[in-house]
Amino acid sequence: MNEVCFKNLDKENPASFATYEASGGYQVWRKILKGKLTPDEIIAELKTSGLRGRGGAGFPTGLKWSFMPRNQEVQKYVVCNSDEGEPGTCHDRDILRYNPHSVIEGMAIAGFVMNATVGYNYIRGEFMEPYYRFEEALKDAYKAGLLGKTLQGSLISFDLYTHLGAGAYICGEETALLESLEGKKGQPRFKPPFPANVGLFGKPTTINNTETFASVPEILSRGGQWFADLGVENSGGTKCFSVTGSVKHPANFEVPMGTPFSKLLELAGGLKEGRTLKAVIPGGSSTPVLAAETAMNMTMDYDSIASAGSMLGAGSVIVMDDATCMVKTLTRLAHFYYDESCGQCTPCREGTGWLYRMLQRILDGNGKKEDLDLLLSVSEKIEGNTICALGDAAAAPVVSFINNFRDEFEYYIKNGKSILEGEHNLIEEATSV
Amino acid sequence: MISNEAKKEIDIWVSKYPKGRESSAVMQALTIVQKENSGRLNSDLIYAVADYLKMPAISVQEVATFYENYNHKPVGKHVVRFCHNISCMLNGSDDLISYLEDKLEVKTGEVTKDGLVSVKKVECLGACVGGPMCQIGDQYYENLTTDKLDKILEELK
Repeated sequence: MNEVCFKNLDKENPASFATYEASGGYQVWRKILKGKLTPDEIIAELKTSGLRGRGGAGFPTGLKWSFMPRNQEVQKYVVCNSDEGEPGTCHDRDILRYNPHSVIEGMAIAGFVMNATVGYNYIRGEFMEPYYRFEEALKDAYKAGLLGKTLQGSLISFDLYTHLGAGAYICGEETALLESLEGKKGQPRFKPPFPANVGLFGKPTTINNTETFASVPEILSRGGQWFADLGVENSGGTKCFSVTGSVKHPANFEVPMGTPFSKLLELAGGLKEGRTLKAVIPGGSSTPVLAAETAMNMTMDYDSIASAGSMLGAGSVIVMDDATCMVKTLTRLAHFYYDESCGQCTPCREGTGWLYRMLQRILDGNGKKEDLDLLLSVSEKIEGNTICALGDAAAAPVVSFINNFRDEFEYYIKNGKSILEGEHNLIEEATSV
Repeated sequence: MISNEAKKEIDIWVSKYPKGRESSAVMQALTIVQKENSGRLNSDLIYAVADYLKMPAISVQEVATFYENYNHKPVGKHVVRFCHNISCMLNGSDDLISYLEDKLEVKTGEVTKDGLVSVKKVECLGACVGGPMCQIGDQYYENLTTDKLDKILEELK
């Protein structure tokens, strides 16, 4: 456990420059500055490692980096997406707080590979502690001559700056993030062109998630094969998971890909006293919910979770026990997407409002029999009909909650109250513990 | 309209972006001037930021109304931003928000009579393993209970 991004977690001052250097940090970057590593070698190593974008989409990082027109003589940019805000997700926050130098080194390496001399780390506006931590790390890296212009007598330059958001989940979408970095509303761009061609300030840009950048130095220092072997086929390496909800000890864990879900649940102390597992959202609020039995049989990697009917997403495991009202939970998620829709595409702007209002009506005891089919129909009309994935993300929980727990929704509509308030009154039982 | 200190702070942000791209600093500029104005924006400030960053006022207005962290109505000296999303909800955030409302005699979105505190329900703040949690100023308060909330409120002056 905790071998890559969290490897210094148990040390004193894990975030400090000294701790990072003592654990082998900046060696890859120094090697690059001495001219002993080429961009092609780095891309090949990343491809071997099987590293895939940790922000949720899971796109192979090595391939993404190879798309950049490195020989084109224009300014290019590297951008880090630290706009973490998917409900259930909070491990990038810990990487920024406890291992900021790995993000800096990862971004600098990316800059070298893509011939980009400027980078921005977009940190969500609420993350002030991570922001100060990252700024301190930047200062130390500049002081050590590892950031700046013509570094250590080489021709390599890399300047890195932070940008702070101001509260908008949509800015985690990479092109919305670019818009926001340019000082605009965070509304996703139509693609193509992709950021590798037209990105920040109209220039070629590569955007990766915090955890992805943080994984790069360790991969290059220990080898792509080493990283790949930590995980399973198609899912190389380790992954940081946030385990939250109805568990005894909610926490972040970095474990090898392919770790059984049951093991992860055990690491988090298991379910709360006296409760049984009801459902699991494996990858953050945008990924479909799974019933207990399905979840207990899956392992935490891209393929296994996909065949279970969901997605690894950002690795945000939300655990629900038998006292969780699925109608209330889904309504809360629907409110989130309704609140966070940027308003650009009609199906999402209007659809998320419909979904939320219909669910709230059910929750208020005024649901109608036909509401469930209407909810599914609205979801279907949002899916695939929007510029970015937020629309799909809003639809996925609705469809999966209703399909997996239809009885519970029907009971609520018929009786105007939760099935849990029925004979056993599990809600009262749970809150009185 | 914008103090010299605020201008200095804004200039640091402007210096991070390429020449001619001053508008990239607009989000921070708004955050900075909002802080100086008891935690809220108004149209004079929006015009002033537009002027300072050489942007059309409407573009600044768009940013000021798009992002969650800008306030356009009076807020308390301290804003308790309470997460009510899934991981926090599963660990009792709703009860704590009600507790806070009762104790402060306000509803979410309102300011206490003495102007000291306002409570706002917000979406995920990205500290789910510490839920239920809230943010006051720059700081996160995690694993909250009614006792902890009492102590935190006592310290707000």
